[in-house]
Formats: sequence, structure tokens, C-alpha cells
Amino acid sequence: MNFLTHVRSGDWLTLLLGALLTTWLASNIWAAASPKKVIIRSAGQLITEASLDRPQHIRVPGPLGDSIVEIQAGRARVASDPSPRQLCVKHGWLERAGDIALCLPNQLSVELTGLARRFDGLNY
Amino acid sequence: MHINLDASTEDHRIAKLAAAALGLTLLEAALPSPLPGVKPGLANIITLIVLTRFGWRAAAWVSLLRVVAGSLLLGTFLSPSFILSFSGAVASLALLALAQTLPARFFGPVTHSILAALAHFAGQFAVVYFWLIPHAGVINLVPIFAAAALIFGTVNGIAAATLLTRLPETTQTSCATS
Repeated sequence: MNFLTHVRSGDWLTLLLGALLTTWLASNIWAAASPKKVIIRSAGQLITEASLDRPQHIRVPGPLGDSIVEIQAGRARVASDPSPRQLCVKHGWLERAGDIALCLPNQLSVELTGLARRFDGLNY
Repeated sequence: MHINLDASTEDHRIAKLAAAALGLTLLEAALPSPLPGVKPGLANIITLIVLTRFGWRAAAWVSLLRVVAGSLLLGTFLSPSFILSFSGAVASLALLALAQTLPARFFGPVTHSILAALAHFAGQFAVVYFWLIPHAGVINLVPIFAAAALIFGTVNGIAAATLLTRLPETTQTSCATS
């Protein structure tokens, strides 16, 4: 038997609107979460805003020495840093908009940004 | 002391239908779920049938009785999972109150089911986000839950619409529960 005979014309409209809503939610929520750019700061000063499309290594000088930020397609990390405890290096790859790696001793911050900023500020 | 409770025909009918919905809830609790919170919501097929046959008030009774009795049987009464079921049911019923005023010529149980499923998800998600897990990360699950609500809502709606054409047009609840 054909179950679709019980679907009325307006039901198709509801289904279509539901599908549109779901697609809209998916594109907005997931696209906003995928990072677009990486912002690198040293001592609070903007060093560079780089696109995540092109793989590259960026050398950032700091008070303790040079840090190296590695960028690959859609992600970035602090590849090496002279800070004693290596926290930002151990942080690993940053893959989502809003992810931040901080190297406090060397005053470096690496932040991924998406279409929309998810946080105005963070407190710890 | 002696207490007399007079149960009307409608009370009996609601109790029987709620019992049928309860059976589906227990059945579904045994099914494995790919993601916590993603469930077919088979018991809502009963709610949809009751809504079409007996109106919103009866559907609300059946739905809420099913949630409360189901949580007692599963041992989740007043736990977060009960609150989630309850908030989902309340949100669904609220939207169904509006949806049932749509012209029946064009909008049937499938529309009711899809809208109720989406409202159920929205109600639950509000509780999750604002109370249980107030973390931005859960928002990433919204599209998955919405898609699941859409799919299961459509399937349940078609099931309810099909059953409604099979069930005789009487108010005998034995037909609905058999």
C-alpha cells in the first residue's frame, strides 16, 4: 500500500518548511563554528590576520625568543615556543572558531575566528 | 474511610489510550539510541490519533499521563530525563493547540506530528541549554536534533494517518488499543 496517500498537500508544505529550517540551522550553526581566519597577537599587539586556506609557518618574535605558528587547511597551532612549560604547544591544533592558544611567558596569542564571534570575552 | 471515585467513560478512554502510549514508551526505552535524546517517539503516534479523534484536551491528558507514568515505570520520575520528557511534551502540546486550528483539508496528522516533534525538540533543548548543560558546545547538536525531529515526526505522522484510516470511526477505545 502507498503510505504517501495519507500525506495531505499542506503536510508537504510543513515538511518542506521543516527541511528548510533544519538546513538553515545547520548552515548557520555549523558554518559559524568553522574557522575562517587566525589572529596572531604578541604583547597584545596584532601581528597578523592570516587566512586558514593556505598552509604556512609564521615566525612571531616575543620577549623570550621566536614562536612559530603553523597553519594548515582549516586549523592552526603553536608549533614551537620558548615558554618553559610549553602549554600553548601542548594545546595542540585549534580547529573551531573561538579556540585560543596562549603562551603567556612569550606573550603570544593565537585565535581562530569564524563568521560570528561566539564570545565577546572570556574569564578564567 | 471510604473514597468514591467516579470514573466517566472519557476517563476510561483516556486511561486506555495512555496505557497504549505507555506500552510504546517502554518498548522504545529498550531500543538502543545512536545519540542520547534521539528517539523515535513512537508513543506520540497515540497522541496524534487521540488529537484527531478526541480533541486536544484528551491528547494532553494522554500525553502527560504517559510521561508521568512512563517515568514511574522506568524509575526516572523527577530526574533530569523526566524533566526533559515533560518539557518536550508541554512544548508539543502548546504547539499542537495552535496546529489543530489549521484547516484539516490541507493539514493532517503529518503536519501535527512534524510540528509537535520540532516543538518537543525545542522545548527539551531549551531545558538542556538553560539548565542542564549551559555550554555553547551543545548548540552544535541543534541541527542533528532538528533533523531527527523532522524525520521521526514525518514517519510517526504517516503512521498515525495510516492508522486513523484503518481504525473505525467509532469512539470505542478497544479499537485504538487492539
